[in-house]
Amino acid sequence: MNRVQFVLNGSEVNLPVHPLKRLIDVLRDDLHITGAKEGCGEGECGACAVLVDGRLVNACLVPVGSICGYNVVTIEGFRQSSRFEILKDSFEQAGSVQCGFCTPAMILAAEALLSRNSHPSEEQIRQAMAGNLCRCTGYTMIVEAVQLASRKGAGLW
Amino acid sequence: MKGLSEPIKRYDFDEKVEGRARYCSDVYLEGMLYARTLRSDRPRAKILEIAIPPLPDGYFIVDKDDIPGKNSVPIVYDDEPFLAREAVNYVGEPILLVVGPDKQTILDILAAIRVDYEDLEPVLTIEDALNCRENFIFQDRPHFVEYQYTKGDINGAIARASCWLEDVFRTGYQEHVALETQSVLAFLEEGRITVSGSMQCPYYLKDALVQALNWPEDRVRVVQLPTGGGFGSKEDYPSIVGVHAALAAVKSGRPVQLVLERGEDIRCTTKRHPSHVHIKSYLDHENNIRARDVEVLIDAGAYAGLSSVVLQRLIFSVCGVYRVENLRVHGRAMATNNVVCGAFRGFGGPQAFFAIEMHMENIAQKLGVDSLELKKDYFLRRGDTSSTGGLFQFEIVLPQIIEQIEEISGYSQKRKELSGGLGWRGIGCSVFFHGCGFTGKGEKDILKTRVRLVKRSASEIEIRVANTEIGQGAATTLCKIVARALEIPVEHVAYIYPDTDLCPDSGPTIASRTIMIIGKLLYDCALEMKEKWREESLEVARGYTYPANLSWDNARFIGNAYAEYSWGANVVEVEVDPLTLEINVLGVWAVYDIGTPIDERIVKGQIDGGLVQGLGYAGMELLQARQGRLQQENLANYIIPTFLDFPPIVSRLVENPYENGPFGARGLGEITLVGAAPALALAVQNAVGKPIRQLPVSPEYLMELMCDE
Repeated sequence: MNRVQFVLNGSEVNLPVHPLKRLIDVLRDDLHITGAKEGCGEGECGACAVLVDGRLVNACLVPVGSICGYNVVTIEGFRQSSRFEILKDSFEQAGSVQCGFCTPAMILAAEALLSRNSHPSEEQIRQAMAGNLCRCTGYTMIVEAVQLASRKGAGLW
Repeated sequence: MKGLSEPIKRYDFDEKVEGRARYCSDVYLEGMLYARTLRSDRPRAKILEIAIPPLPDGYFIVDKDDIPGKNSVPIVYDDEPFLAREAVNYVGEPILLVVGPDKQTILDILAAIRVDYEDLEPVLTIEDALNCRENFIFQDRPHFVEYQYTKGDINGAIARASCWLEDVFRTGYQEHVALETQSVLAFLEEGRITVSGSMQCPYYLKDALVQALNWPEDRVRVVQLPTGGGFGSKEDYPSIVGVHAALAAVKSGRPVQLVLERGEDIRCTTKRHPSHVHIKSYLDHENNIRARDVEVLIDAGAYAGLSSVVLQRLIFSVCGVYRVENLRVHGRAMATNNVVCGAFRGFGGPQAFFAIEMHMENIAQKLGVDSLELKKDYFLRRGDTSSTGGLFQFEIVLPQIIEQIEEISGYSQKRKELSGGLGWRGIGCSVFFHGCGFTGKGEKDILKTRVRLVKRSASEIEIRVANTEIGQGAATTLCKIVARALEIPVEHVAYIYPDTDLCPDSGPTIASRTIMIIGKLLYDCALEMKEKWREESLEVARGYTYPANLSWDNARFIGNAYAEYSWGANVVEVEVDPLTLEINVLGVWAVYDIGTPIDERIVKGQIDGGLVQGLGYAGMELLQARQGRLQQENLANYIIPTFLDFPPIVSRLVENPYENGPFGARGLGEITLVGAAPALALAVQNAVGKPIRQLPVSPEYLMELMCDE
């Protein structure tokens, strides 16, 4: 079997898996990294979103062979950063977490947005995060968290 | 209440935001197998033969013959099998499971299984069911249940009436779309079975396991795991998937994980009931509404499930927040060969309030008066009786709710400005209640609710209840109640995910009962514990007692259908695109009396989330059955709200503490959804000048209306 190599949360991964295997399955089943959740398996809900070279992608739509050599970051890696601490604090203050199933990907979606636009407007936040579904919050409390993080994290993004 | 309502950090916040919370599908046990379900692709058929290919080593089939106990889900009526017996009654009904170590191999086996069916004539719609004279799905009749109640002198009032106005309203399915699909994990340990996973009601699943396995209760354990949303979808369905996983674990001797895929979850799990509501109001010579005659039909699907209870709440709510002395309400839950309908946040309320609120609007239009003014004339007040004749013993603050919603939304002023014709812009206001807790005496007679509070040391208090944290904030809220009553820091109070080995049966996590009922019992436990605080460790338990000031006759539906109610009003403002007929929601305002908010941030989360789910139901979430098949079966064509669909919601609370709730709290979770659809539909009606008679208000439906000149 082919070997697939990429960087996951800062560490090199080199695995004997089929290159067409979905990234989400490699993460969850082969590596037992479970922060990315499977909500639909067809790229509609965004619960499995991870960062690939800083861009937000749905891990259920990515054949692992297509990310060879790339830098993959999941919540397990991102939670060790100071940007995460700001986002965590903001999500708490704004009440952005309910059932939590969409949360790890929401955090990464916020990171992907703020890293290319550190001061997004409400409309830009809604546009940028529209690929991530949440059934609990009605979204506004997540928008508020991203606005809060953008203010508190001045200089970090 | 000063201090109490101030938000605190969620109890489950850190583990969820850090991605450490272990949901069912995140758990891997050594030697674990996976299961997938073979499901009926016929709405109604006899199973003639099932041809199973030779199985590779380590793979199993689990079917009805592997059920040692009774093959029926214990719920109101035991009519639904865990696995199909000789026939199937809906597309998606489980027939057997394929179990083994490799997910792809399981799918290959599933694809190779051939089922020979003999198709039977299906009952596909409410109309089909009404016309059904033989070959019934359920017993000897076309419906699961039929109810009627009356109030006052309905026949006399009708005879004396000078005119009547009537409307027929239809609503469609709604799918919960909890982000985590149905997920369970079963394993054996020292001769006992444990089923853990995503659920609202651990003891419902425990009862189901005892019934299916025919094992004594002490060999059965159920443990809830972090649960990715419920909304009613995880009330009764986990009893089915939980038993499936348990049967597979018992047969294979290995842990078995069963996680539904999204499409399967949409196709097969319970839905909000489609409804037809026919309301006729009788007016006297002075145009006073003197009587109402209401006919309710719901499509229950192929098995009875919770439909009887949903229908009860629908018919008890369908007269709205209005005082009309003479009533007759008749309802039937029809049996069809469609997907089984069940619990969904609001539980009959959304259909009821859509119908009555639209109907009141239509009466006002007919009489040439402002609809909110007409509604105000009939608002229920303390001392009035409910549709079932139960006395409203506590203050009803509808006037204050209306005052507040006017203040934040400017409803009446805008309504005047917008009523000038077809401006494609409109505003609507709904007024509604939600009865909190189980219907009638259910808390006492059906549930026998028990809660326990354990003191391990002065700084270690543990809540032992079966009520689940499913995102709604129950863990945080219950801890706050106990800490406040004991006057200790909230960090000293622990909530554990329910485990039937440790937690008494405090009933299901449904019906907006967790805070008002369970929270109050824990509050009472805490007060008792406080008196005995000198004891180093102790346990205090409480059971529910039916309040002496209430009464309920369940045979005739007379008395207090609910112990207490929450109240609310919603305003929605829309513009409708004249070309595409798409609805753009410009503003959403909401005011509720949920008693004392225990945590304002959690309350706001419920308000925002419930309203957006309700607005989705109102205008977006189209789910249709054709020939027994749901036409939308993934998130690409069953559309739920995204970040872009609705503006921020402006909400307020009118604090009206309820004397039997903990610190005055009433129910919260469901009322946030029930008023959204009528407010949106009224706004659209105002915008397009045509009566809206169905949900969802899709552009296609509006097109039909506009072409209907």
